[in-house]
Amino acid sequence: MKNTTWLNLLLILCLGLFLWWADGTLDGYKIRVLNLIAINIILALSLNLIYGFTGMFSLGHAGFMAIGAYVCSILIMTPAQKETQFILQEAYFWVQNSHAPFIVAVVLGGLTAALFGVLIGIPLLRLGDDYLGIATLGFAEIIRIVANNIPRVTNGALGFKGIPDHANLWWTYGWCVLTLFLIVRILNSNTGNVFKAIRDDETAAKAMGINIFKMKLLSFSFGAFCAGVGGALLASLVNTIDPKMFIFIQTFNILMIVVTGGLGSVTGSILAGIGITVMLEWLRFVENPITIGSWTMAGIPGMRMVVFSLLLILVILFRREGIMGMREITWAGIARFMKRGKA
Amino acid sequence: MSIILETTGLTMRFGGLAAVTDFSASIPKGSITGLIGPNGAGKTTCFNMITGFYRPTQGQVFFQGQELTGKSPHCVCRAGIARTFQNIRLFGHETALENVLIGAFVRQKTGWIQSVLMTPASRREENQLRDQAMELLDVVGLANIAQEKAKSLPYGAQRRLEIARALATQPSFLLLDEPAAGMNPQESLELMDFIRTIRTRFDLTILLIEHDMKVVMGVCEHMWVLDYGLTIAEGCPEAIQSNPKVIEAYLGEEYVRHA
Repeated sequence: MKNTTWLNLLLILCLGLFLWWADGTLDGYKIRVLNLIAINIILALSLNLIYGFTGMFSLGHAGFMAIGAYVCSILIMTPAQKETQFILQEAYFWVQNSHAPFIVAVVLGGLTAALFGVLIGIPLLRLGDDYLGIATLGFAEIIRIVANNIPRVTNGALGFKGIPDHANLWWTYGWCVLTLFLIVRILNSNTGNVFKAIRDDETAAKAMGINIFKMKLLSFSFGAFCAGVGGALLASLVNTIDPKMFIFIQTFNILMIVVTGGLGSVTGSILAGIGITVMLEWLRFVENPITIGSWTMAGIPGMRMVVFSLLLILVILFRREGIMGMREITWAGIARFMKRGKA
Repeated sequence: MSIILETTGLTMRFGGLAAVTDFSASIPKGSITGLIGPNGAGKTTCFNMITGFYRPTQGQVFFQGQELTGKSPHCVCRAGIARTFQNIRLFGHETALENVLIGAFVRQKTGWIQSVLMTPASRREENQLRDQAMELLDVVGLANIAQEKAKSLPYGAQRRLEIARALATQPSFLLLDEPAAGMNPQESLELMDFIRTIRTRFDLTILLIEHDMKVVMGVCEHMWVLDYGLTIAEGCPEAIQSNPKVIEAYLGEEYVRHA
């Protein structure tokens, strides 16, 4: 095995030790934040694959997450649990009686999202840039409104409560590492080069014999799969889902992580995923009443989103390419840096 | 000699404008052929029709006996026709090596699933592709800057990289759109040698658009002349040089009368 493989395994071992320590010592709130970091990294990586690496401006992430979340929730709740939930209308037989272990539910959630990715990708991926953004945004809204209006499958606006909380640190970080592995493998292969070629110059890529449509569809549905997995994990983590959870803000948060980290940078998405998730929680204090001297400001709910939007504007103004740009932190890069430090 | 590419009555109309009218050419295998004409004569439009970027309004394209009319660009490339662009179109954020690898993708047998699973077959093939790509970069003299980003390369190197990338698709027919544009006389001379070398080495047939008459007359064995979309002349360089219609198209009617 190559040296970098060992270093990667060592890093995973360190992560494992940290999780083991965190699991035993940190309180529930901090563990919740750690879980959210893993899920946000999964979601950011998948959007970065679609937008940052293949150049397809997609705003449909919330839709894919919703699909993953609903499929997973329906599968991991027991038939008895579902019977108490569907009070508006009785669930369909297949909804009522399907049940699967957590891992199968997450995979199926991802696969269903990928299937929708293929279905909407076929008509939509012929569109360019902004038009694709608008169309995928429309898709996400359609998913949300459909979820609101098929009570026999989704329990309508009431959503699901008491979804079993299988998602612990091991599951979320396990999926996070797996997603990272899959995406990095694809990007480092020649298929990844082709994705980047499509982003850089579609016309030239066509002339190189690349079936643009097929490759875009691959990237898009793969991203959709990961988004579905992220949504499934999120459902099990927060225990309750309803259509309102998958509004545009959800996509916006992920987009913010990807842009801040750097479009076309895997390590950027990871760094920004950690940073922004932590900030989103930490910044909650601005929503509390603030007292400066004798002047007191009443707490304003939503204030942290104002702060965040300002932050995003600052990033776009002063560092348009994000924290990392298109660069990556690699072992070779670290080695070079250390050598320079010594010399 | 057998004919590798044949076009019959190719016509392209954009609304009321006939960009190319009735372009019929047959190109023998292994030849170097030129397509010349004043600006806006419809040369690049011909390229775009042959390579599938435009669907001709009328007429047909045959390549190695197989009809290519209306096929999409990637199918045309798969069939063995590669091209370069007048205004260089490289994958700017990728390295020179990656640019060539992307060209080789069309001939790659192992797919993304095998790459993800790291199967031995996929590893072997990717290593092999890398070696072949390095070899191609060596042929065009860019092996020492294989890891540089394409957009940071000097102009001449970008032109050569674009040719290397086209060669990576393993074509039997190569279309070069103004390969000498922006080159000084010395570079143009080198380019002529280079075109002949790759023809022999890769067993190619080459069709090129060029404004530099020294290059065209020096390297082409046969040529077509377009003016306002019409084919006004065809023949060997000597015949073209003395053809009054060609002189008129380039220099104006008056010049012919006084000559």
